[in-house]
Amino acid sequence: MAVVFQKTKGLTDKETHYCPGCTHGIIHRLVAEVLEELDILGETIGVAPVGCSVLAYDYFNCDMQEAAHGRAPAVATGIKRSLPDKIVFTYQGDGDLASIGAGEIVHVAHRAEKITTIFVNNAIYGMTGGQMAPTTLIGQKATTAPLGRDSSTTGFPLKISEMLATIQGAVFVERVTVHNPAAIRKAKKAIKRAFEVQIAGQGFGIVEVLSTCPTNWGMTPIKALGWLEDNMIPYYPLGNLRTPEEAK
Amino acid sequence: MAKVLMKGNEAIGAAAIKAGCKHFFGYPITPQNEVPEYMSKELPKVGGVFVQAESEVAAINMVYGAAGSGVRVMTSSSSPGIALKQEGISYIAGAELPAVIVNIVRGGPGLGSIQPAQSDYNQSTRGGGDGDYKLLVYAPANVQEMVDLLQEAFDKADYYRNPVMVVGDGMIGQMMEPVEFKERPHVDLPAKDWAAVGTKGLRKPNVINSLFLQPEDLEEHNIRLTAKYQKMKDNEQRYEAYNMENAEIICVAYGTTARIVKNAIETLKEEGINVGLIRPITLWPFPEKAFEVLPETAKAFISVEMSMGQMIDDVKIVSNGRLPVDFYGRSGGMIPTPEGIIGKIREMIGGAK
Ligand SMILES: Cc1ncc(C[n+]2csc(CCOP(=O)(O)OP(=O)(O)O)c2C)c(N)n1
Ligand code: SF4
Repeated sequence: MAVVFQKTKGLTDKETHYCPGCTHGIIHRLVAEVLEELDILGETIGVAPVGCSVLAYDYFNCDMQEAAHGRAPAVATGIKRSLPDKIVFTYQGDGDLASIGAGEIVHVAHRAEKITTIFVNNAIYGMTGGQMAPTTLIGQKATTAPLGRDSSTTGFPLKISEMLATIQGAVFVERVTVHNPAAIRKAKKAIKRAFEVQIAGQGFGIVEVLSTCPTNWGMTPIKALGWLEDNMIPYYPLGNLRTPEEAK
Repeated sequence: MAKVLMKGNEAIGAAAIKAGCKHFFGYPITPQNEVPEYMSKELPKVGGVFVQAESEVAAINMVYGAAGSGVRVMTSSSSPGIALKQEGISYIAGAELPAVIVNIVRGGPGLGSIQPAQSDYNQSTRGGGDGDYKLLVYAPANVQEMVDLLQEAFDKADYYRNPVMVVGDGMIGQMMEPVEFKERPHVDLPAKDWAAVGTKGLRKPNVINSLFLQPEDLEEHNIRLTAKYQKMKDNEQRYEAYNMENAEIICVAYGTTARIVKNAIETLKEEGINVGLIRPITLWPFPEKAFEVLPETAKAFISVEMSMGQMIDDVKIVSNGRLPVDFYGRSGGMIPTPEGIIGKIREMIGGAK
């Protein structure tokens, strides 16, 4: 019998703790498949964030290090500078990366560290129960923005990829989404490209993945996918913002 | 090997490289800038890595990453910078990683001053990070001792899989003294088979982590850590006892302050007043053993510090009511003088009669 689908070797057998319909799981699978396809699982060290994906160190089937909230890019720097021939990636949420860790992500790009960041933007703080993130959309409700995010008191959602694309050392920047199968295929391509850029030693690469949080958005998984498409994509346009060729 | 004249901060860098440390992550702050400057010049020559981080917070997290990769790694800073590193130090202790952290202490609180101080005793021995963790803390009193202890710090860090802090005040960082890089005895250290260096497909993944979501798991982890700290208490206490025979007053002082206290002791000796000194070389574990047997002549302790009084708490704990504990200190970058110390001791003796 032909094998139609096989679980990637890039993930352990541990059952994930993600809520039903949460797209963290899909993003994990894409990263894991890429590591397997590039045959770098044994050469990779991943850095887990603080956020819903804090237990990523139990799920990725490679050596892992768990970072303090927001500090994954600094931890990854320490690893990569000690093991320059290895592949190092960070997996971070938007509270982790765009808020408390905004400094670290800017400077990992600024130093052109040869690491790869998977940035999961679900426009909210998932783990702590749905507080406002820097990426929360105007009007979007959060437990610390009960009437919806109001720009007069909280400013405007941060476009991390656009910001990082202005930094010379960030040689691969792309925003993708995982709300339908076609989008997932594209997302995987971008993730693969970002790792290839690291393997080629070209500089820092980041893939921003728009993701759902049905639990804290207060929606069914299906509705959440639609909300992402209708609200997040218009504000966070998909596409490549930088490739090593352009960065030259 | 011949003695060379070196500035304290540069000797720190040289000693680290000598100890096999090829990775340094730091951020500029006075009065320790010569350490990163030295490392940026010398590490590339030995195939090492120097990174000037964007902040002390990032620097200590780079240390955490590098330590997780199994390399010998160091960072240095001064008081406000160490305050920023505390979260990362707690993670390093929690994940049981070896690393060496140097603190060239300046006056506080807040931005304080850039002058020498010892007001980070609490920050060093009580930590500032969360949780039940301890650092092995060395406090050298001269550049030679700094060089010796710093090299040993790397072995101890590896042996215990625990961060080690080396505390000097601004004076030690800036003073020039002759130092000798002695041949060090070989120490058998366990292999770093826990390091996250890539599985090569040959073993299960290694995970560097301080998260234990199950309460019983975290408690078990804490019990294990505490057993390790107890082992340090049993084996790592270090001190110097000076002029203790027939001492009426026992000074307790560390670092450069201890040198000034020795001057005062010599002057008082000429007047026939016997004063002793216990100089903690490890601030943690505090050298309790030095206080077990005291001369029968002893009437009081005095903690002498370049602070408003921090180590005095530990002196009171070890004295445990046996003798009164007095204090003399200067702060803010003011250095205690032998005359000041002598005046205070004369006062005590007058009072003790
Ligand atoms: C220093 C520190 N501050 C705050 C927290 C609490 N905390 C845990 S997860 C989190 C937010 C995570 O949100 P995000 O990065 O968006 O990830 P998500 O959970 O949505 O995947 C916060 C604030 C912490 N663990 N450490
Ligand atoms: S809280 Fe949100 S981000 Fe976290 S697992 Fe649940 S759905 Fe996913």
